[in-house]
Amino acid sequence: MSVITTPPAAIPIVAESPATRRALRPRRRRGIRHTLVVVAFLLPSALPLVFFVLGPMVAAAVISLTEWNLLAPAEWVGLDNYANLLGDPATWAVFAHTLYYIAGYLPLVYFGGLALALALNTALKGRSLLRGVYFLPVVTSWIVVAIVWRWLLNPSNGIVNATLATFGIDGPGWWTDPAWAMPSIILASAWKDLGFVMVILLAGLQAIDPELVDAAKVDGAGWWRRLVSVVMPLLSPSTFFVVVISLINGFQVFDQVYAMTGGGPGGATQVVVQQVYDLTFRYGSAGEASALSWLLFLVILAVTVMQVRGQRKWVNYA
Amino acid sequence: MRETTRGRSIVLHAVVIAGALVMFFPFYWTVVTSLSPGAGLSATPSLWPADSGLDAYRELFTELPFARVIGNSIGLAIVTTLVQLITSATAAYAFSRLAFRGRTVVFGVYLATMMIPLQVLIVPLFAELKAFGLIDTYLGALLPTFASAFGIFLLRQAMNQVPFELDEAATLDGAGHFRIFWTVVLPNIRPALATLAVFAFMGSWNSFLWPLVVLRSPELQTLPIALAGLQGQYTTQWDVIMAGSVVSILPMLALYVFAQKYVIQGVANAGLK
Repeated sequence: MSVITTPPAAIPIVAESPATRRALRPRRRRGIRHTLVVVAFLLPSALPLVFFVLGPMVAAAVISLTEWNLLAPAEWVGLDNYANLLGDPATWAVFAHTLYYIAGYLPLVYFGGLALALALNTALKGRSLLRGVYFLPVVTSWIVVAIVWRWLLNPSNGIVNATLATFGIDGPGWWTDPAWAMPSIILASAWKDLGFVMVILLAGLQAIDPELVDAAKVDGAGWWRRLVSVVMPLLSPSTFFVVVISLINGFQVFDQVYAMTGGGPGGATQVVVQQVYDLTFRYGSAGEASALSWLLFLVILAVTVMQVRGQRKWVNYA
Repeated sequence: MRETTRGRSIVLHAVVIAGALVMFFPFYWTVVTSLSPGAGLSATPSLWPADSGLDAYRELFTELPFARVIGNSIGLAIVTTLVQLITSATAAYAFSRLAFRGRTVVFGVYLATMMIPLQVLIVPLFAELKAFGLIDTYLGALLPTFASAFGIFLLRQAMNQVPFELDEAATLDGAGHFRIFWTVVLPNIRPALATLAVFAFMGSWNSFLWPLVVLRSPELQTLPIALAGLQGQYTTQWDVIMAGSVVSILPMLALYVFAQKYVIQGVANAGLK
């Protein structure tokens, strides 16, 4: 799934012209013809959404209440799967690993992206070329990113450890070492997404009225003061968007983990979705896998709702 | 004062350019490794390969069905893009231009589907397509990609910017909704259509989890799946693995250079809402 398949937090209300109001004015009798037109326009999207999103969503809830290996008939077990999952330390471990990933990844891409956006928002020569280079990893697939970083961070003859060796530093085992495996994944992921965050924050910075910043300058506010007291509050909608998206994507992290470590070594990078995948296709516990994916969905939903609720406290929409 | 500003500007340039070089280095290293026969077996390849060759690429296309894999990726991406353009544009028109009962609710349900992670759907989707006999078929890989809530949202936003006065003029000329859709609204949202097309293509080209689950036969696989398999098969032949990576990056790179405006604009707009 692409990075931006998530709804923006606030749906802007478009100012309605008289023509808009006339077009959308509810009319009592529109007749069967109008209904058919509506159906014709909605059907192409409604069919796939119902059959491949909403239907499976409900089915996942039902499957999560059964014991099923995808082959033999499913057996009804009620809430047993959920009870088993919550009582299993492995479940808490996969959520902990996922949180570890987010805790490393989010500050890295946010502050890295912010620094770049601030730099590129000045009168810099070759700005669009630089922006293009920083954005390049965004269009690369997660699998390629994972493979390339496995090679860069190869413990025996990767370029990173070879470079460290010339400085007399004995590089770590990276993705082969349980302690370094998650940092390796975080590093690769941050490399891929840095440009994405940068472009969003840059767009936010460019939308800020320069007169506001100039006014603060006239009042004698230094660079840091202007950043903290003027720019950051005005940038808060973009920051909010980045945080919401990053958290949603962070909880769903899978591709790069699958291709870099497969959850290893020794389960050190086993994240939630990797566990869902393994439960389904390796251990034949489709019921438990569905329960775990529902738990993940509920966590994502709760975190997103909390952020949307909490945004009033710190997000300023001009 | 002037001097310090100048000095600061030079430092800033140096830092940003150095950062760009670091960001770009993995791409360079991928290409260099793919051109260094036997890379990874003995030592780290040199920064500038002395005896370079295309052995890795030859291996890729002769020992493996890589040409077929590229064809699969291109075919699936094109179909996904075309279908998403159609389903998104028609739905967006309904939400932007047609009055009907429950419109807000239906639109809300559409948007909510964006929040459902694919992972939640893997098991039931797999079972459903298995019941239809669509596992290990192109159609099975394609069907779940046909509707995009993101695309619908993007195009609806664009359509709302198209003045409704244009519709009225067309209506007076006797045009129905299908004519207005085709001749008035669509031509006016070309940039948004281009943005969606690029993202749909990119999304399909790079998608991993669903194709991994559905496409089992080697000759049906897409590039990301084949690459993941390559990694298991050629554990230490990094030149071959990197050649596969280069092959999978190049088309995206071409698309990106060609459509950079729409890609960056699309991302930038996403954050401004």
